[in-house]
Amino acid sequence: MTPVSPALAALAIGDDGEPLIRWDWIRRNLSDDILSALKEHLILSFTPILLGLVIALPLGIACARWRRLYGPVLAVTSVLYALPSIALFVVLVAFSGLTYTTVVVPLTLYTLSVLVPSVVDGLGSVPAHVRQSAVAMGFGELRRLVQVDLPIALPVVMAGLRVATVSNISLVSVGALIGIGGLGELFTDGLRRDFPTPLVVGIVLIITLALLSDLILLLIQRLLTPWERARATRRKNRGQSRDRDRVPAAREGETA
Amino acid sequence: MNAIFDALKWFGESAQWSGPDGIPHRFVEHCWYSLLAFAVTVLIALPLGLLFGHVRRGRLASVTGFAVTSSANAARALPTLGLLILAVVLTSAGDLVPILIPLVVLAVPPVLVNAYAGVQQVEPGLRDAAEGMGMTGAQVILRLEMPVALPLILLGLRTAAIQIVSTATLAAYVGLGGFGRYIVDGYARQEYDQMAGGAILVALMAVLIQALFTVLRRWAVSPGVRLQYAGA
Repeated sequence: MTPVSPALAALAIGDDGEPLIRWDWIRRNLSDDILSALKEHLILSFTPILLGLVIALPLGIACARWRRLYGPVLAVTSVLYALPSIALFVVLVAFSGLTYTTVVVPLTLYTLSVLVPSVVDGLGSVPAHVRQSAVAMGFGELRRLVQVDLPIALPVVMAGLRVATVSNISLVSVGALIGIGGLGELFTDGLRRDFPTPLVVGIVLIITLALLSDLILLLIQRLLTPWERARATRRKNRGQSRDRDRVPAAREGETA
Repeated sequence: MNAIFDALKWFGESAQWSGPDGIPHRFVEHCWYSLLAFAVTVLIALPLGLLFGHVRRGRLASVTGFAVTSSANAARALPTLGLLILAVVLTSAGDLVPILIPLVVLAVPPVLVNAYAGVQQVEPGLRDAAEGMGMTGAQVILRLEMPVALPLILLGLRTAAIQIVSTATLAAYVGLGGFGRYIVDGYARQEYDQMAGGAILVALMAVLIQALFTVLRRWAVSPGVRLQYAGA
């Protein structure tokens, strides 16, 4: 046993006096179990984000251009979003077996159902006068899209990306029920052995990972949109607030 | 594709329609956990969201506003399965209460945030008019802010309900009943048709709830408010 500080020893719980965290277990399993689970978790949560982004951008741009397309796409994505991830995992086992694909595909679909509306809303938030100025300056359609519309849409798209990233990171763990769950496998392990340490380690790592990724995306967003910051300070000095600063309605929550 | 047909065949077997492991009994179990968790969630989150949204001025308001919005973000990061198992490992397995705690913890934020945001977005002019008519604070909340915020409140409730129903599936993993039993037992016995059957049932539940809330929205939201939302 490693020495445990009194504060942590006070966390001891249960009739058998099993502490909430056994530091020696963490030390023993760090290099094999925990780190490989972490690696798997990173792969399983970020592959869907990248795939989702690659698909959602063109799809969202198409939906923003041809509004008729948006209705059906939105209907499909909102139904997909409501489906419990465990159900999708299980159904996919029939097609892709017990591979990473089985977890990556449903998470990509969730990412899409968050990102496509963000891209469409973001492009919709481009003010008409800005668009007209671009046209008047002789911007072609593609150039306008890349240099004007997309940069203005960026904050909304990034907000969606942050939501999708954080929820993907926590959803991956559900895959542990079919044996592919990254850090989620620490959960099933903890239940099998009736042992809280892996559970606490898994939960703490997942939350840390989620918050860290959120923070990094926020920083990226700030770096990519320097004009937003300038505008915010100007507004602050004038003592005004804008609608976008108000509390946004929550997006639909994700399902377990 | 064959596997899916097997699952459909599984629905046809008469064993699936009676007894404690039958679909009707599992359905009742699933509904029971979900309704219990949903009721507790609504009792906690709805009054708080309405109240926090109602109080707009002062230092307290900015603190609660920040707390409410960050609760939604934090809830997204929480791994449901981990919380569920931790609750069971820390208490005695098989009890209903350790399952309900994580279900409620995860379902409270969407209800809270949407009720809060809905009430916050009520036009100040409407509130002034209500106060000018001599409505008390409670009357303003119940007769003005709640009906106007109803579309968002319903969205929050729907999100919470779907989340609870899908998370209740995981309860089977820690020894309870519900549709999750088919998935967990099927996985343990390597019976894919049963697993897929369970998955289809859970997915149907989620779609059903979504449909239910669409109907509820049409029925409960006042026509004037609906018009405003359609225009926005």
